[in-house]
Amino acid sequence: MSRKKKTGLAVSYIILILISIVWLFPFFCLIMQSFRSYATEYGGMVNYLMPKNFSLDNYKFLFDTEQTKYLHWYGNTLIIACVVSVLQTLIVICVSYALSRMRFAGRTALMRIWLVLGMFPGFLTMICLYFLLKQMGLTQANAVPGLILISIASSGMGYYVCKGYFDTIPKSLDEAARIDGATRAQILVQMIVPLSKPIIIYTALVAFLAPWCDYVFASYVAFGNSDGYNVAVAMQRWVWTNDYQGYFTRFCAGGILVAIPVTVLFMFLQKYYVEGITGGAVKG
Amino acid sequence: MKDKKKGAVGRFFAWLGADLKEIGKTFSEGDWKTRVSYLIFGFGQIMRGQLVKGITMLLLEAAGLYFIIGFGSQYLGKFLTLGTKTRGFNPNGTVSYGDNSFFILLWGLLSIIVVIALIYLWRLNIKQNREAEKRLAEGKALHTNKQDLASLLDENFDKTLLALPVLGIFVFTVLPIIFMILVAFTNYDYDHQPPAKLFTWTGLQNFANIFSFGGNGFGSTFFSVLGWTLVWAFFATFLNYILGIAVALLINQKGIKFKKLWRTILVITIAVPQFVSLLYIGKMFAADGLVNAYLMKWGWIDKAIPFWTNKHYARILIILINLWIGIPYMMLIATGLLMNIPEDLYESARIDGANKFQMFRKITMPYMLFVTGPFLLTQFTGNLNNFNVIYLLTQGKPQSVNLTGKAGYTDLLITWLYKMTVDDSNYKMAAVIGIMVFVVTAVVSLVVYNILPSVKDEEGFQ
Repeated sequence: MSRKKKTGLAVSYIILILISIVWLFPFFCLIMQSFRSYATEYGGMVNYLMPKNFSLDNYKFLFDTEQTKYLHWYGNTLIIACVVSVLQTLIVICVSYALSRMRFAGRTALMRIWLVLGMFPGFLTMICLYFLLKQMGLTQANAVPGLILISIASSGMGYYVCKGYFDTIPKSLDEAARIDGATRAQILVQMIVPLSKPIIIYTALVAFLAPWCDYVFASYVAFGNSDGYNVAVAMQRWVWTNDYQGYFTRFCAGGILVAIPVTVLFMFLQKYYVEGITGGAVKG
Repeated sequence: MKDKKKGAVGRFFAWLGADLKEIGKTFSEGDWKTRVSYLIFGFGQIMRGQLVKGITMLLLEAAGLYFIIGFGSQYLGKFLTLGTKTRGFNPNGTVSYGDNSFFILLWGLLSIIVVIALIYLWRLNIKQNREAEKRLAEGKALHTNKQDLASLLDENFDKTLLALPVLGIFVFTVLPIIFMILVAFTNYDYDHQPPAKLFTWTGLQNFANIFSFGGNGFGSTFFSVLGWTLVWAFFATFLNYILGIAVALLINQKGIKFKKLWRTILVITIAVPQFVSLLYIGKMFAADGLVNAYLMKWGWIDKAIPFWTNKHYARILIILINLWIGIPYMMLIATGLLMNIPEDLYESARIDGANKFQMFRKITMPYMLFVTGPFLLTQFTGNLNNFNVIYLLTQGKPQSVNLTGKAGYTDLLITWLYKMTVDDSNYKMAAVIGIMVFVVTAVVSLVVYNILPSVKDEEGFQ
């Protein structure tokens, strides 16, 4: 029995090590290729892994504001991510509280309509949104506020996880507070919000991560004006259209500079993320 | 079924009749303040001292009327034709700006909605007057302005909380969606682009096109793309689900050390933005990418494997790479849930002589399916619309002359829709595809929702 168990464990370890290799290998390659020298080796597509001589050429290029707007794009994305994270979290809290705690005419109708709206694919309305933003002057070079507006405008529909969490906070707490003379607003700010720290962090984290991957709207709203790009749009152009000019290794370096802070933040808040997605999965 | 429908329609008319009667009654029984309010919103409220309510009503009426008369009416009048005057030149050589079908449709639609909102506001205004009169007749005091304002933070707090989100969703989701649904009934495409050209209503022609086979019809392409979309969503959802749970079980085993380390390694793929990891992996498998280069260097193959240019390779590879993205996510969820399975279930199974696989099949899977049923559904509908994985890896390629509308063999409906909007400016067909995606999502959701055990039997697994 114990020998059987031991072989079982050994097999498990072997599988785990294999899994780890598969999962880490692309990142390892990404890092290696970002260190290739641009001057001595062609910077385009790569057919070997280890750089012939390690150099920081690609990173130096990214920080050279005369040659590239990388820092500007990075800043754009950072601004979008921060603002969206804060505002979206506020909106989600408001909507979740109203739907979880208050009973008003049209509440179920509202939830049903939002559910149905969510079944329409997001990109369907792209052209219409573009023209709406254009009317407000928020496209091309002004794409950053435009993207922020679009992201937060419809964020009320993403209330499920947060409302699910609010539902688990006993209503008797509310009632006790109301007997003591607290208003609804006071209950939300002074009681529900402090009790819901994990889910609020989760909401903010997810909202912060999304803009780093936003390619579709970002490229459509910027409409070819490089001042309005975010990193995702710019890096994607490096890979697809500037690949032949040797931008591939620069993409690797740029990608790593994006990935490191985002990953560190994520690892730091991982506990809350797990709590959020697990709760969301059970609630559905 | 028919009776039920009739009942609903009948109920609606009964309600409408009663409501109209109520409006008439309010007018005939009301005092002059109430009667004036029928034209000037909020008049009665203001005269009775409810300044906050009254002025809000008045301002909303003014804004609504100003919008319709000053802005909307010019578009509303042309709504049925979507414009008749093309841009051209006057006899004296200056440019004459014609109608812009796009704005006629968009602002016309908005005007219609504003009219409906005004009618609702009018009804609300009448109701408020009626209630105020009733209260006064009963000798009760009306709410003061201060009370009205304070209630916005208390019993009417929901209105404060929801006002902005609902407005935002209306302007940036509801209005655009209705607009695009209307576009599906027009000929808005590359050849009919405002401001230079007009587009107009064409009825069901685009829907006929999507079900027409042969020639330039979209039929065969549509069903080919739809088929792959469903196959993809199925594999992407269930393979990730089962393997994710398996990996979670593997790490959860008693005796495995460094549990946190294994999990962290997997979780990195969630943290790293997909445009970095997926764009990179896409290039790894390119004809001149790392994988092919090494396989050739080691002499395992003579020619580059056409990972992205062969239809079958591309499809299989996408599903495999999606495992790399999806397993960690499912692993995280499963890890938490697996701990909730009562240990004594396994204990008694072990006593009965069940092996590990049997326990997985008889205890773990039923429990997980029960708990995560709704989640699986959202995963499935999410995968139907999984734009990032497909687009960053292949952009829907390989393309084929057998497919119309520039579709490729790995295109999902959603990426096809995107390409039609961005590359082809074929807005009318994009709108039709969008509606089809909605129909597929809604049907799948309805069907699955009705067979889910956790919905049917809430007390089930306890």
